[in-house]
Amino acid sequence: MMASSYSAKDEDGHITVTGPGGAALRSKKPENTAFKQQRLPAWQPILTAGTVLPAFFIIGLIFIPIGIGLFVTSNNIREFEIDYTGVDESSPCFNCSQNFSWNSTQPCTCSIPFSLEQSYENNVFMYYGLSNFYQNHRRYVKSRDDSQLNGHLGSLKPSKECEPYAKHENKPIAPCGAIANSMFNDTLELFYNDPNGTKILIPLRATGIAWWTDKHVKFGNPGDGLNLTAEFQGTTKPVNWRKPVYELDSDPLNNGFINEDFIVWMRTAALPTFRKLYRIISRKDNMVPTLLRGNYTLEVVYNYPVRSFEGRKRMILSTISWMGGKNPFLGIAYITVGSVCFFLGVVLLLIHHKYGNRNNSADISN
Amino acid sequence: MFRKRFPPEEERRVRANDREYNEKFQYASNCIMTSKYNVITFLPVNLFEQFQEVANTYFLFLLILQLIPQISSLSWFTTIVPLALVLIITAVKDATDDYFRHKSDNQVNNRQSQVLIRGSLQHEKWMNVRVGDIIKLENNQFVAADLLLLSSTEPHGLCYIETAELDGETNMKVRQSVSVTSELGDPNNLFSFDGEVVCEPPNNKLDRFCGTLYWRDKKYTLTNQNMLLRGCVLRNTEACYGLVIFAGPDTKLMQNSGRTKFKRTSIDRLMNTLVLWIFGFLVCMGVILAVGDAVWEREVGSLFQSYLPWDPPVNNFLFNAFLSFWSYVIILNTVVPISLYVSVEVIRLGHSYFINWDQQMFCSQCNTAAEARTTTLNEELGQVEYIFSDKTGTLTQNIMSFNKCSINGQTYGEVTDPLGPQAKRLDFTPFNPLADLDFCFYDDTLLESVKVGDSHTHKFFRLLSLCHTVMSEEKSEGELVYKAQSPDEGALVTAARNFGFVFRSRTPGTITTTEMGRPVTYTLLAILDFNNIRKRMSVIVRSPEGRIRLYCKGADTVLLERLHPCNQELMNITSDHLNEYAADGLRTLALAYRDLSEDEWEAWSESHRCADKASDCREDRVAAAYEQIEQDMMLLGATAIEDKLQEGVPETIAVLSLANIKIWVLTGDKQETAVNIGYSCKMLTDDMTEVFIINGHTVQSVRQELRRARERMIELSRTRDGGKESGMEGWGEAYFSGNGLRGGQEGDGTESGGGGGGGGKPPQCPPPPPPPPPPPPPPPSPPSNLMDNVSGEFALIVNGHSLAHALEADMETEFVSTACACKAVICCRVTPLQKAQVVELIKTHKKAVTLAIGDGANDVSMIKSAHIGVGISGQEGIQAVLSSDYSFSQFRFLQRLLLVHGRWSYLRMCRFLCYFFYKNFAFTMVHFWFGFFCGFSAQTVYDQYFITLYNIVYTSLPVLAMGIFDQDVPDHRSLEYPKLYEPGQLNLLFNKKEFFICITQGIYTSVVLFFVPYAVLSDATQSNGVPLADYQTFAVTTATALVIVVSVQIALDTGFWTVINHVFVWGSVGCYFSIMLALHSQSLFRIFPNQFHFVGSAQSTLLQPVVWLTIALATAICIVPVLAFRFLKLDLKPQLSDTVRYTQLVRQKKRKPAGRSVGSAWRGVGMVAEGRLGARGGSRRSGYAFAHQEGFGELITSGKNMRLSSQALANFASRHSSSWIDTLRRKKHNHTHTPPSASGECSPAPSCVSGSLPPLSNSSSVLGGSQETPIEEETVPACDVQPVPAVSTKTHPAAAAGPESAAPPGPAQASSSSVLGSSAVRCHGGDSPGGWTLSLGSVQEALFGWKGFAGRSGASNSQGLPPVAKETSHIE
Repeated sequence: MMASSYSAKDEDGHITVTGPGGAALRSKKPENTAFKQQRLPAWQPILTAGTVLPAFFIIGLIFIPIGIGLFVTSNNIREFEIDYTGVDESSPCFNCSQNFSWNSTQPCTCSIPFSLEQSYENNVFMYYGLSNFYQNHRRYVKSRDDSQLNGHLGSLKPSKECEPYAKHENKPIAPCGAIANSMFNDTLELFYNDPNGTKILIPLRATGIAWWTDKHVKFGNPGDGLNLTAEFQGTTKPVNWRKPVYELDSDPLNNGFINEDFIVWMRTAALPTFRKLYRIISRKDNMVPTLLRGNYTLEVVYNYPVRSFEGRKRMILSTISWMGGKNPFLGIAYITVGSVCFFLGVVLLLIHHKYGNRNNSADISN
Repeated sequence: MFRKRFPPEEERRVRANDREYNEKFQYASNCIMTSKYNVITFLPVNLFEQFQEVANTYFLFLLILQLIPQISSLSWFTTIVPLALVLIITAVKDATDDYFRHKSDNQVNNRQSQVLIRGSLQHEKWMNVRVGDIIKLENNQFVAADLLLLSSTEPHGLCYIETAELDGETNMKVRQSVSVTSELGDPNNLFSFDGEVVCEPPNNKLDRFCGTLYWRDKKYTLTNQNMLLRGCVLRNTEACYGLVIFAGPDTKLMQNSGRTKFKRTSIDRLMNTLVLWIFGFLVCMGVILAVGDAVWEREVGSLFQSYLPWDPPVNNFLFNAFLSFWSYVIILNTVVPISLYVSVEVIRLGHSYFINWDQQMFCSQCNTAAEARTTTLNEELGQVEYIFSDKTGTLTQNIMSFNKCSINGQTYGEVTDPLGPQAKRLDFTPFNPLADLDFCFYDDTLLESVKVGDSHTHKFFRLLSLCHTVMSEEKSEGELVYKAQSPDEGALVTAARNFGFVFRSRTPGTITTTEMGRPVTYTLLAILDFNNIRKRMSVIVRSPEGRIRLYCKGADTVLLERLHPCNQELMNITSDHLNEYAADGLRTLALAYRDLSEDEWEAWSESHRCADKASDCREDRVAAAYEQIEQDMMLLGATAIEDKLQEGVPETIAVLSLANIKIWVLTGDKQETAVNIGYSCKMLTDDMTEVFIINGHTVQSVRQELRRARERMIELSRTRDGGKESGMEGWGEAYFSGNGLRGGQEGDGTESGGGGGGGGKPPQCPPPPPPPPPPPPPPPSPPSNLMDNVSGEFALIVNGHSLAHALEADMETEFVSTACACKAVICCRVTPLQKAQVVELIKTHKKAVTLAIGDGANDVSMIKSAHIGVGISGQEGIQAVLSSDYSFSQFRFLQRLLLVHGRWSYLRMCRFLCYFFYKNFAFTMVHFWFGFFCGFSAQTVYDQYFITLYNIVYTSLPVLAMGIFDQDVPDHRSLEYPKLYEPGQLNLLFNKKEFFICITQGIYTSVVLFFVPYAVLSDATQSNGVPLADYQTFAVTTATALVIVVSVQIALDTGFWTVINHVFVWGSVGCYFSIMLALHSQSLFRIFPNQFHFVGSAQSTLLQPVVWLTIALATAICIVPVLAFRFLKLDLKPQLSDTVRYTQLVRQKKRKPAGRSVGSAWRGVGMVAEGRLGARGGSRRSGYAFAHQEGFGELITSGKNMRLSSQALANFASRHSSSWIDTLRRKKHNHTHTPPSASGECSPAPSCVSGSLPPLSNSSSVLGGSQETPIEEETVPACDVQPVPAVSTKTHPAAAAGPESAAPPGPAQASSSSVLGSSAVRCHGGDSPGGWTLSLGSVQEALFGWKGFAGRSGASNSQGLPPVAKETSHIE
């Protein structure tokens, strides 16, 4: 391949060069603008001791109080956690966890007693927690059809992302996909064991546990949502479900795709150990703590198998502050970072004082 | 272009007027194709080419991977959008380029030429010209192909050509046809011509042709003298006929034009290496994660199948892991995003525009701005180590001007006061109507002398008007045009013309002049022609009165030997003048005459005739005859011709050498000329330790000369090192290793006569604080190693024929090691191809970045083969420009191109790359960490839109703005401190180490960005109790933290915050939030529910205080260590640029006008004090008609070329105001610097030996010192340290122990110049800013005007410091 760059124009050099007497004698002088001459006014920051060291101290001084505040707040939060998987033979749920089948019609129940050392003020939030459950697995995360969940049953053809939970017995599954199929379906009930021996059922609120956008935007029942049974005609329930989606709740506003338990489940967790909001125990009045100190019983309808993959199930009770639930890490991290910054500031100051070039310090002193 | 390949030709047979016969050989036609595509082939070929780029193929591969659902971890659009964009942009660019190539090809191919077909001349397009055709050329036409000259309209079959396009030489050349064909005057005769030429196959040797013409059973030898080569222009010849021998691609021009290589910068190559490394890294990550996946799927995934079954084709964990590997390759590919290449191109384009827009590289005389013709090489401009320069037209203007003369012991032409009022240019017209208006001369005493009729002056000019081989042409009365074969002669004859001795015309036997208005005709008796050995020429003329006189002009060395003894006194004076002229870099000639009696003439004439007719040893006998008559001459005087340098050449060379750039001059000119220019542009100086000339004609002799030169160098530097140099070396080391400002401060406890006031303090030499180490025994290392450490200033001059040997494979290394130890290398008589070879040699052996600069077609090959080619858009056509990467019109713009634009580009590119790799690692590696928590499933951490937009939108503009606009120091500072250029040459700003630092930082950031949100969010809940650890919240938090961290990082990296930077940085962050909110908005979700899964996430996440606290925490953890590290680096080990920048800041803060005025006043003093240093025993450089060729005398006397056409080409009178000459002169003798090397040990202050100009030679340390010097100490009261003695690097250990021991010991690292600077600071700059200006001023002074101060401190040395003075002389 001859890739000579010889150019014919070259030979014309003498001829085509327009002399100064050329007709179109226009100065080709570049414009004298600050931009073109790279003289734009500019701020030229330099990391001098005068700017860096104070920055360290300021960061330190800001972070430490925040950290202390966070730490104190976090410490004031009450949290109680109980594992009810039933791994140990001694565990009340051991039996339920042992004989499990997705299709058993006979629900297995177990009750776990526990006691709260402190009384819980304000609203108490009840979570279920799962461990070793990979809701963040790529194949799991994508295995859903947001269009369907939004109420577009449309052609009754779920997205192929739902495979292999898209169709069952030639009927489209509603809701399709692995996420929906594996929905958590234990039922948890909480009883207060009155010192006088009675078991009082604590009322649990099942609404208000999902994101507002999820409930009102992202999820929607097909049609007008009045006659769900009819709307879901032609679809089938997910393989693992015991009842179809339109029978999740009796409340029409919390049924079908907009059932909040369902929505909460569908919001996949980022990490394999996670908790999801299950119920809210609302405060009744200001005088009485929501949950009194004392003994309680957790009644579990044990439907959800986790032992096959060495998962764990937990129930968590927690109060909430302005910054959310118990979170000691944040406070400690802030205090640490703040202290390190402060310390660094001191060290750098010393180094600068001892070894740094004097001119910079001269500058600082000015 | 896809010509069929034939076995290589062994010889070429061409029969004239016989197309059939010639077609048998299938010689290339005269059609030239430089284009690559046509309409049909464009798409496939171009795509094919583009996918030869590894990057493009790689992304295509990724794209294919993404289409496989089991693997696809990202949507396809994340790759295809940028890839398509890149491909389209490149294709459009290629198409435009090729279109223009087509156009120019067509233009050339369709040129008309007259071809003799069937006995008549027909117009044919160039491309239809065939080998064997006879074509007719007319005056001023380009030669269409390589022709054998058959006949011309001129007598004797002569014709004249200009070969500027071919070899850059502007003087005309004569070609002559073989005598038998020269008679074939008209087409009919030519048609019957059926000679056959047998010759060598096509080659690229411009000066050689070897062939034989068979015609009518006779053989005629053909040489280059009979050839007209394509690219030449026919001049002064009405028409000529030629036989096409080589056509199209076979022509010597095309064979010489070489292949276009796609030039890549070293950063490019590094980048490609790094990309490969990253690719390897990516594979490693993929493998790690795939192994993880295998383990996970086996241990966990298989159990988890009831919830999450494997995708249908997958049936075991290994296959799953295999797929996972590819999935990870896809999501981790963002470590090398395709936007890297696009961004790099954009940045380079921006830099190119800045070069195009630079007003300071605009030449108003030629109305040309600098042009970056290639947009891909800018950052390499910041790394140049070798410059290869053409001479004519590049360093010089190729204008000779009669500058000075010495007549009878009286020198003329000196402009008395350099600072005085601008001398008036003499106006010759009233005195002499025939004067050339372009001629410049300023000394009116000479004109007076002519007017009063001084006989010596008259003889002097009469000689100039008679003794030459110039042709004249007078179109109308008084309108004289001289056609000189060498511009020197033209200048001399023009000078004579203006001073009243006008050469009017000549015939073979007469010369007609007008002397002081009176026409005189001399009989020309003989021309004793010039040749290289004689170095002189003479004419013998008979005046109308009948006196016979020999006029001789020649190199002073030969001429002065042949003078009559009575000239002794005059000779001494003239000799002094000659020295003076030579020291000024002028080309000198001595003039003499001899009166001959009739008898003498007769006798000699007879002997000459005898010699001429002798058959054997004719040359020698003629020379002897010449020798015989050129004796006992009377000296008339001497002339000095200035080969006008381009503006600012010496200064530019000085600055560039201070920047540690080595400059080689490669010229087609003669050795003498080249050396002369070397002196006048201060590449060579009389202070040089030794100048080696390699002149051998055989391999052995060249090898021997090279070896001798090396031995001598080692020997010399060893003697020096053995002596006090070792001490110096220690000094140098201590000096250079002294970090940053502190060294300077130590150094400035000294004082010499700086400032306006201080002239009197004699610099003294205190004993050096650390005793100089004992001379290290010369290590017994191989010569090549030794050569690296050679100290001293050497220069190497290599002749073309020696170079040919030196470039042979087995001698290459020897040549390189010798040449690279020299400060200056000049290669003369170099062919275009040799130029390229030399460049290639350095490229391969030195691994250094080379830059070639030239203006002529002969420089094209060199321009193409160098890393960077610069074309001077001058008078010599535009071929060099067309093949160059950068072009401008003045050599001096080179310093701005390199030191300002190149440096900036390099800096910006490096910063850009560092940041770019950082940000992508920070971005991508989060996926890696996340892999351990998501079952190695290649789940991305971020929203796919974030991944798509991260590199294109969220983080691209701030880093682009930095890459385009960033400046560490302003432009004038980088010119003031050429040392700032060094990091680029040493490749300090972006190399593998820097790269590792970047990616380490990136990985650290990614760790923080993943684990901080992980730790915080895993248990955190919103204030309404909803857990925060859902995937979408986590994604939004991490992404936001990432954007904020990298924005803070770019804010830290940006050193020059223009409005644009502000807009881009803040804009990007703002953009991120708005785009994210938009993408997470309900309205988009309602339209495409399946595409926007993240609906509502942004709003709900960003309302959480915990999220913001997390982001703040992550940012702090990421940035604080960086901040601390950078601060420490800046505080403890500042780079020169940091220092300069810092001083800038200080100066801005406290600007006081007083300082500046003091500085300039001081500078003024420096200028005035600068005396004439020229009288040093300069090596005299005789300048006999350098471009002269032998044989013109013969042509004249034979009358062959008496006809001259109207072409007015040679106009050698000076056209420019000489004001700049003054400047030049003022600044002369200043540039005896050594390029200081980075470590200091490599350049152990060679000044010591070159010692005749002590402070000058320290200039290297001046600049080295400037690194340390410029920060004044505001806190120190002014003037309190004056008595601290000056420290001179020249301090001899022994001497230092002497009288100065009483002096307070001062740190001795600073050179005297920097001492001066800093002392000035102390004195005037009690308030800092003034001092600062001053110290800068002094540095500047050191650069350009240190002569005055040199003189001063030299003087003070001798007065106040005997030991030093003694030593200086000792060294000398």
